[in-house]
Amino acid sequence: MSRRFWIIPVLALSLFAISCADQRTHAQAVYMLVDTSGTYSKELDKAQRVVSYMLGTLKAGDSFAVARVKSRSFSEKDIIAKVSLGKDPMQMNNQKREFAHKVGTFKADLKKGSAYTDITGGMIQASEFLNETGAGQKTILIFSDMQEELDYKTVRDFPIDLKGIRIIALNVTKLTTDNVDPRRYMGRLEWWEKRARDAGASDWKVVNDLEHLERIFKGRG
Amino acid sequence: MEILHALIVWPDQLLLSLLLLFFIAVPILYGARQAMHSLLHAMFRAVSNPLRLMSRWLFKSADALRERNKLVLLSRGREEVSLNIVKEFDRVTSLVERDLHGYPALQRKLMDEITRIEEEFQKCGEVPPPPPEWTKAVAAIAKIKPSGDGLVERILEDISNSIDDVYDKVVAEYRESSKQRHNILKNFMPFWRSVDRSLKRVDKDLTGMQQSAAKIDEQVEKFKQIHAKSENAEHSLTSSSTILFVISLLAITIAAGGAFVNFWLIERPMAAMVGGSEYIVGDIQASYLAAMVIIFFETLMGLFLMESLGYTHLFPLNNLNNRMRRWLVWISFSILLILAGVEVALAVMRDLIISADIALKQELAGGSAVTAAVANSWALDIPKAAQMILGFTLPFALAFVAIPLEYLIHSGRTVFGALLVLSIRALGFAMRFISTMVHQIGKGTGYLYDAIIFLPLIIERAVMNRGPRQATLPPGSSGGMAALSKHGEHVL
Repeated sequence: MSRRFWIIPVLALSLFAISCADQRTHAQAVYMLVDTSGTYSKELDKAQRVVSYMLGTLKAGDSFAVARVKSRSFSEKDIIAKVSLGKDPMQMNNQKREFAHKVGTFKADLKKGSAYTDITGGMIQASEFLNETGAGQKTILIFSDMQEELDYKTVRDFPIDLKGIRIIALNVTKLTTDNVDPRRYMGRLEWWEKRARDAGASDWKVVNDLEHLERIFKGRG
Repeated sequence: MEILHALIVWPDQLLLSLLLLFFIAVPILYGARQAMHSLLHAMFRAVSNPLRLMSRWLFKSADALRERNKLVLLSRGREEVSLNIVKEFDRVTSLVERDLHGYPALQRKLMDEITRIEEEFQKCGEVPPPPPEWTKAVAAIAKIKPSGDGLVERILEDISNSIDDVYDKVVAEYRESSKQRHNILKNFMPFWRSVDRSLKRVDKDLTGMQQSAAKIDEQVEKFKQIHAKSENAEHSLTSSSTILFVISLLAITIAAGGAFVNFWLIERPMAAMVGGSEYIVGDIQASYLAAMVIIFFETLMGLFLMESLGYTHLFPLNNLNNRMRRWLVWISFSILLILAGVEVALAVMRDLIISADIALKQELAGGSAVTAAVANSWALDIPKAAQMILGFTLPFALAFVAIPLEYLIHSGRTVFGALLVLSIRALGFAMRFISTMVHQIGKGTGYLYDAIIFLPLIIERAVMNRGPRQATLPPGSSGGMAALSKHGEHVL
């Protein structure tokens, strides 16, 4: 009689857990593109702060990658560090520590910026990575002035697919030309927003105040 | 609106047209009066009668439910009072077994002591020494008148000296005798004290017996009232059930607070065990469910422990013999102990995880120096120790939930039953109220109809008053109103 009493709730709960197991993935994947072109490479300290913040917020099962945006960015070689966080908190901490170390090393080793800026290539590469992770929420962080500069050989004027991906532009600095004519800055951001939304991006956001990084994921679903 | 416009004869003279329409309509309405009254009556009764029926049914149901609640309440009360009486009788039995079974010995002891006191008391009785024979001779000599004879004076002097000696001797003997008697009395003291103690003990035992007897009387009186199904007993039981329900609810709420703290204590380390990224339903993480299962399991084990110890009677464990019951106690206690140990381990793990997280965040923010400075502080161990203590004690504290839970279930039956009766009655009242309102609106509509066709009605009344039927109609009744009031009567 008493044995039956213990077994019943255990079985019931096990059955409940098995039958109700949520098939949706709650993990999130973040791909951060860091612009290393020209003078923007001097902003890497800020980028590292963003990376640290992201490492602090990511949870078990989440994926994170940081890649550089240079003359041509559609390549795995441009990925500075990537990680899929484990379930063990201690292991997760070590992974995060190692990740931060890799980014720090990259920043220290970077001598000079690239001549051109291939943001589109980086975004295509990012979307491939994010889709492969199979995460429930996919985000591309672009740490750049959003001024795309391509050499004459590079082809990027074709529709891209960013379906279901949220795009957040970080620290979009104003160029000298923007200062002369602010419409250029606003026009540039509008153009990117339109391009992202046309490509199927679920959201587009610009966050310039890096003191309040929690706004990056404000209202995340 | 279109029809109304079509009926207007002179569109430029609206008032006149309406007046004409009114005068045309009044005879028609008068002719249709009986039928219209019947129609209105039927329509409103179609609404009010079912409502009234439903109201009556609800009141009957409430009464039936109240009776049932009363039966359950009295049955429960009878059971409780019986248990109390049995408990009091047990108390009296143990009192009698413990104290009164030594009373023959105590009585013998008391009798012995009293006899001894009597004997000793008799011994110490004062016996005056008998007057010596020569005192008569002294008395005779004392009658001799002084004559100045030297021989006589000398003899008297010798006698006086002898008497003084004898007196001193007698006084000394008397004092010695008194001293002995005082010593005897002094030796009585322990016996008196012993008797006093024994009598006080008897008095105390008898007072305890009297109190128990009074309690039994009280319970028996309550039992009689319950048996007689008196209103007083019902009110008393309902009131005590309500108080018990509120107290139990409070205790359960406090326990739920403890369970909540326990949950957050083990949730995080559980994430490390079952995986923090696993989800069960919606946003409920697997670790949440795992932590909840542990807490529920602890509560369940506590429930079994209390049940097998006999503190609660939620499960029918009467068919278990004492041996099985003891086994159940040990098994549930062991599982509870193991779970408490697991919680202690999880508390340690939680502390480690949090420390590692803090260290990582400080490292990422470049604050390793701060970490090193604080790491040596003994104060950092306090939360860890507190978590461990909480982890160990909370499962056992949760075990006691079984007691208020049992009371909550038993008293909840009474409280919810009473609330249900109250709700049904309120609903019944509301229905009756609406029914009456609909009925009155129906009557009012009939009167309004009559008010519109007042002119033909006045004429009718005048004609009727003048005619031979005047005598046959009851005073003050017009045909229409009488019909309406007749129609307006409710079937219920």
